[in-house]
Amino acid sequence: MARSDPKPRLGVWKFASCDGCQLSLLDCEDELLRVAGAVDIAYFPEATRSEVRGTYDLALVEGSITTPHDAERIRDVRRRSRTLVTIGACATAGGIQALRNFADIDDFMAAVYAHPEYIETLSTSTPIADHVTVDFELRGCPISKQQLLEVVSAYLCGRQPVTPAHSVCLDCKLRGNVCVMVAHGTPCLGPMTHSGCNALCPSYNRGCYGCYGPKENPNALALSERLDQLGMGRAERLRFYRTFNAWAEPFREESERHES
Amino acid sequence: MDDNEDASVITPDGLQCLLDVLTARGYEVIGPRLRDQAIVYDALSGIEELPVGWTDEQDGGHYRLKRRSDEALFGYAVGPHSWKRFLHPPRIPLWQAVRDDGQMRFVPVRDEPPRYAFLGVRACELAAMDIQDRVLLQGHYADPHYQSRRKRAFLVALNCSEAGGTCFCDSMNTGPDVREGYDLVLTELLDGEDHAFLVCSGSEEGEAVLAELPQEPATEAHLVAARAVVERTRSNMGRSMPQTAIPALLMDNLEHPRWAEVADRCLSCANCTMVCPTCFCTTMEDTSDLEGATAERSQRWDSCFTSDFSYIHGGSVRTSTRSRYRQWMTHKLATWVDQFGTSGCVGCGRCVTWCPVGIDITEEVRAIHDDVSSGGRE
Repeated sequence: MARSDPKPRLGVWKFASCDGCQLSLLDCEDELLRVAGAVDIAYFPEATRSEVRGTYDLALVEGSITTPHDAERIRDVRRRSRTLVTIGACATAGGIQALRNFADIDDFMAAVYAHPEYIETLSTSTPIADHVTVDFELRGCPISKQQLLEVVSAYLCGRQPVTPAHSVCLDCKLRGNVCVMVAHGTPCLGPMTHSGCNALCPSYNRGCYGCYGPKENPNALALSERLDQLGMGRAERLRFYRTFNAWAEPFREESERHES
Repeated sequence: MDDNEDASVITPDGLQCLLDVLTARGYEVIGPRLRDQAIVYDALSGIEELPVGWTDEQDGGHYRLKRRSDEALFGYAVGPHSWKRFLHPPRIPLWQAVRDDGQMRFVPVRDEPPRYAFLGVRACELAAMDIQDRVLLQGHYADPHYQSRRKRAFLVALNCSEAGGTCFCDSMNTGPDVREGYDLVLTELLDGEDHAFLVCSGSEEGEAVLAELPQEPATEAHLVAARAVVERTRSNMGRSMPQTAIPALLMDNLEHPRWAEVADRCLSCANCTMVCPTCFCTTMEDTSDLEGATAERSQRWDSCFTSDFSYIHGGSVRTSTRSRYRQWMTHKLATWVDQFGTSGCVGCGRCVTWCPVGIDITEEVRAIHDDVSSGGRE
């Protein structure tokens, strides 16, 4: 059965973010023309100048909600979108900018802006799913372009995307990596981090930074105990958990436990 | 280890000849090599690539390479890899479906694995292969991918000269001496400057390969030395499995508080199942391309420590870490016996060493055993 025209309309939306995840779509290079052949890229300010209003079959949403204006705008995007997929750590967990959630936003504004009274912002950075119903979340900081293509391909034929929620450890073992924590004593977030990067950092003998957020069923408490035994201090551990996915619950809880 | 009348002795140069003979016979030789501060299994072309003069220090969640005081070629225990990586690979493409003129066409992916020769297969690893044979080859649905790799593999086994800190093959009755299922078996004999390998063949092909090597007949002194190597290894086991009826112990104590305690420590990261030389579970991954023109199915290693593993209509059956750890250990040590007629554990210690938090399967059995023996908790 050949796909019937018209092609599904794709919109790519940006909220508070660095644009890196949208760029993953442009990074597809070899596959980009195939993407353009499979969907009608109707709204993608990063890549095209034309803007088409109306509704979208598939919305890819990057970024977190940090302003009252964006909190309104995401509701509009949701209304216009049949299927809404959030992409990246900002959209799925609040991003690195969610560090504001642990501090006083007024202090930040006073430190950064000459005239903070002109700034209208929320005191938190929150994931899209806190504001509207999300159909699928694609993790990563940034997302993997292979996973993005997988999500779009899966959407196009109406199947589940293959984006397993297991640990980075499992991917390390599939690749045949030597465990950096066991064999080198390197602190690693792999045992509680969601698969998706194909164990990129451990493959280069670095510990995992947790870019893909928590795996399903993580055990941060037990991991912290081990990190402590490996000589990673309390303050260092707090920062370890508080990066791109700081506001994802298991990371947040564990970093807050390190504050008290 | 049989006191084989036909035992021979070869030198380290003779070992290089063995590699050459196997290569000439069309085998891809895989053996231990240093990589990323560990001893892994990878392609070998010369014995200088072996971890000469290295050993390992192993404990729960801990592995470090150490220099030895001698130039032993096999003076270490098993590392993070097992031969499963080659016989039952992490990923295998199974088939493609292609859309042609409105018709679906299924195209099997041709599986043409190399003929492997494995150098330095320990007794526990031979036992693990025997277990995977039972799982993957017996019954109506033999795994053709495993079969084609396994049946054509040439196994150069090794009587262990070094027990690791997490080894417990002796208490699982799988080692450290090699008993059967090999083509050749080596024992490394190192006495000052004298460096030799006792070699016995265990198959017709093994005998033919051995005949091509420069060798001398073994003397009684060689045989005595070889026995001493194995007995020393046996007395240096870092761990031991409690000698009790483990299947009944575990199945009678499915609600024991220890399961919750181990779950508090367990990361459910799946490392134990990935490094286990007998864990065989796989999942299927189906993908399709952007155009909807081709679809692919592939098989990849899976683990009972993931949520997806027990996902059925309505959700995952085992959502808690407690239920997953209990499933793994009761299967490995108890229900495996019902299913395959043998324990699923060979005592290699990998699950202990490569668990990031050092959970020790022997300690978990002992905790339940000791508690039940002493009348249990309140």
